[in-house]
Amino acid sequence: MAISVVLPHALTPYSRGSGTVVVEEPCSTVADALNAVGSRWPAVSDRVLTEQGELRQHVNVFVGEESIRFMEGLATIVPDGAMITIVPAVSGG
Amino acid sequence: MAGPRSKPRFAGGGVLVLVGTMKGAFIISSDGSRKRWKVDGPHFPGESVYAVAYDERGGRSRTLVGTRSFHWGSTIRLSDDFGKTWTGPERQSVRFPEASGLSLVQVWQITPGLIDEPDVLWCGVEPAALFRSGDAGESWEAVDGLLSHPHRPQWMPGGGGLALHTIVIDPRDRRRMAIAISSGGFYRTDDGGQSWRPRNIGVRAVFLPNKQPEFGQCVHKVVHHAARPERLFLQNHWGLYRSDDWGDSWQDVANGVPSDFGFAMEMHPHDPETVYIVPLQSDAFRVVAEAKLRVFRTEDAGRSWKPLTRGLPQVNAFESVLRDGLTADTLDPAGLYFGTRSGKLFASSDQGESWKEIADALPPICCVKAAVVHAA
Repeated sequence: MAISVVLPHALTPYSRGSGTVVVEEPCSTVADALNAVGSRWPAVSDRVLTEQGELRQHVNVFVGEESIRFMEGLATIVPDGAMITIVPAVSGG
Repeated sequence: MAGPRSKPRFAGGGVLVLVGTMKGAFIISSDGSRKRWKVDGPHFPGESVYAVAYDERGGRSRTLVGTRSFHWGSTIRLSDDFGKTWTGPERQSVRFPEASGLSLVQVWQITPGLIDEPDVLWCGVEPAALFRSGDAGESWEAVDGLLSHPHRPQWMPGGGGLALHTIVIDPRDRRRMAIAISSGGFYRTDDGGQSWRPRNIGVRAVFLPNKQPEFGQCVHKVVHHAARPERLFLQNHWGLYRSDDWGDSWQDVANGVPSDFGFAMEMHPHDPETVYIVPLQSDAFRVVAEAKLRVFRTEDAGRSWKPLTRGLPQVNAFESVLRDGLTADTLDPAGLYFGTRSGKLFASSDQGESWKEIADALPPICCVKAAVVHAA
């Protein structure tokens, strides 16, 4: 079953306006799902992950309603049909 | 005082003052009289800008801005029409190689290369590294000789992070250039970047048990003049120095300044004996010395310094100027500009003799660079 990755508005210029990316490829972890998004929209990936593949400090990712920071990070298991939401942290300039 | 925010003038002979702030970039412009200024911005609102540059080589009129989004990372943006439009890049153009294990935090410096290499630019970043562009700033590649330097594990971040913030190029020898890192010290290459040797003899490191280490100094800024490139001036984390031999040795030139702590330093564009600084009270109290906003100028290569105060507040001025907050244009007489952390931008059109506030409520100012626009 496909996984949906919901992008914040700030990243939609890098996904041709699409606010949700449907990932059909098999994914077992959040990293897999983000890599799938990155293969389609590499500029989105650049803004969510560092060049070392780590989640940027002030970006939060949720699987369902759970933040992956309190789970297994990018190694968090993604159930079939899950919704992943990328959200800028409550911080900024 | 600047007028309403509007697009800058582009006429040849005009002056651009590029201002990077904690909340975006501003393009401030005037004609050659430097009497009236227009403020355009903010560009990239909400993003911090610690590096700006203007490059006219190769027939371009290119503005380069290093931006850092709190959320989405850092990159270098380009404009060929004075900020009317900006070209991407969509991808992060300054990227550490995967094998380095490092990730870009912030761009601290953008420096055009030599005149006869119009597509070459350099940038210094945090964590401390030097990148080179061979296509006028579109793409960047890390300089491996510094990236893999054996001293790297011993460099320690200063208060602003482990930043390579200063790039000094030899206009006579393309194999020679130098950089400064806080806190790593001053390094020079004589072989085009393959190898880098620390050049800190005589420069103090007051915060280390060994006050005269081979490297590890917290150098804040280094400047030199193209007509005499081997003569360097260095503002240190405590200490004001001159070298006459490309950094092989350094002499203390804090002669008559109220404090030898500070960040900002700028060379006079036409006189290799003349340098400007803004002394701060101390590392624990980083405001201008004695709460008087003064630019100090030497006209004899550091043998003496004179305060420049006309038009600047001399009472209760708890201002601070960061390392790239002081700049000069290339007109004659030279114009000087500096920005404060309280968002004030001051200008002088008479080489620092008198000053006028040209913007007073910008976000905290991180960097200021001036340029004379020759292309219309």
